[in-house]
Amino acid sequence: MLTKRIIACLDVRSGRVVKGVQFLDIVDAGDPAELAHRHALGGADEIVLLDITATHEGRGTLLDTVKRSAANLFIPFTVGGGIRSAEDAAAVFDAGADKVSINSSAIARPELIAEIGSSFGAQAVVVAIDARRSTSSADPIGDAEVYVFGGRKPTGIRVIDWAVEAEQRGAGEILLTSMNTDGMRNGFDCELTRRVSEAVQIPVIASGGAGSAAHFAYVFSHASGGGKADAALAASIFHFGITDSRALKYQIAATDIPMRLPC
Amino acid sequence: MIAVIDYKAGNLTSVVKALRYLRAEANQPDDILITQSPDDVKQADKIVLPGVGHFQATQLLTDLGLTQAIREAVAPTPGNAKPFLGICVGLQWLYEGSTEAPTTPGLAHFPAHCEHFPARYDNADLKSPHVGWNSLEDIRPDSRLLANIAPGSFVYYTHSWRAPLSADTAATTSYGGPFTAAVERSNVMGVQFHPEKSAATGLQLLKNFLTL
Repeated sequence: MLTKRIIACLDVRSGRVVKGVQFLDIVDAGDPAELAHRHALGGADEIVLLDITATHEGRGTLLDTVKRSAANLFIPFTVGGGIRSAEDAAAVFDAGADKVSINSSAIARPELIAEIGSSFGAQAVVVAIDARRSTSSADPIGDAEVYVFGGRKPTGIRVIDWAVEAEQRGAGEILLTSMNTDGMRNGFDCELTRRVSEAVQIPVIASGGAGSAAHFAYVFSHASGGGKADAALAASIFHFGITDSRALKYQIAATDIPMRLPC
Repeated sequence: MIAVIDYKAGNLTSVVKALRYLRAEANQPDDILITQSPDDVKQADKIVLPGVGHFQATQLLTDLGLTQAIREAVAPTPGNAKPFLGICVGLQWLYEGSTEAPTTPGLAHFPAHCEHFPARYDNADLKSPHVGWNSLEDIRPDSRLLANIAPGSFVYYTHSWRAPLSADTAATTSYGGPFTAAVERSNVMGVQFHPEKSAATGLQLLKNFLTL
């Protein structure tokens, strides 16, 4: 049976994994390569590495980090951050990534999706969408808007429209982050995730708002109110007392959601 | 020497990395060669054909003379049938062809064509591509490729086309009904999933192949 995926996300700044505590203090959480391996051994189904400062620092830091993280890592490995061209993507694949995640650069130049896909396959292109619900529409979820540049700049583009276009242009997966739920630990945005998941054929990875195993179960659920997500990002699972992905997966599996176990 | 064939279909890095890791772990020299040369295929002890992407890309195998070289290398001549492993599109290429690229023939080592997942199955919409970890079932007891791999073990998939079941099927996976997860007849083998991305189960499979 096809299982729902738990994806461990590492936010990297200047070559180190960082995590925010109560949205303010950024603390050093360790070496990306070491943490990627620890997550893989801990039962994560995939690793995502997002270089949140790559844009400012050029490519060198990222490529070295990717190379060290990818060494002896035998689960899917996605890298995002500052990838603006097929050449940028090729360098990241050469360093050992299996997929790249593109966000603002795909909005700026949607052809980039097909350019990367034509050389490396659609499965290697993850389009990340930062979404915020509309405050003025009668359908705040259907009219949720795409934001770029780390959620700072609205685009006027509807999230559902962009997800459908990204699929048509050859994206392999959608990584959907709800800015409304992100960091709140009150659960994923299941309504938005479901709308996007029903609008596209490709897998949708839910992100933003995880606070408990029940939240994951809910965003994976196909029952009424569930998010119908194919995968979910766990960026800060250690913040709420769950020691690793394996422990999280056993709790989710107890709610009859299929998980890769043992792992 | 293990020839890993580069036909410009996606990323070879992960497959090569996994093979080199296993060689190093076994204290054996690195004899993994990435190649496009029919001569290297003739020289090789084993052949690996990776591949993610479009079936159309396999046309380059014929254009470069690799199809013929592989056909001869894997032919069951006494004492000289080289082990061959196709991965993902590399498995599909072992069949007669794929509806993904109807004008590009496969090796036709196994009968039948690969087809796209149905849009609906069991009265429900079926998403494709099939992406993620799914389980191996019906593992054939005589499979050398799947030795020491337990039924129900999970492996990582990402694909929209699949090979049907046949007598050569060595394991199945169910998504929109059962399909060929692994195929094996004598020295010619293929897997639809990505062993290089399938954690311990995938490494066991590659180790099985390397030690044939």
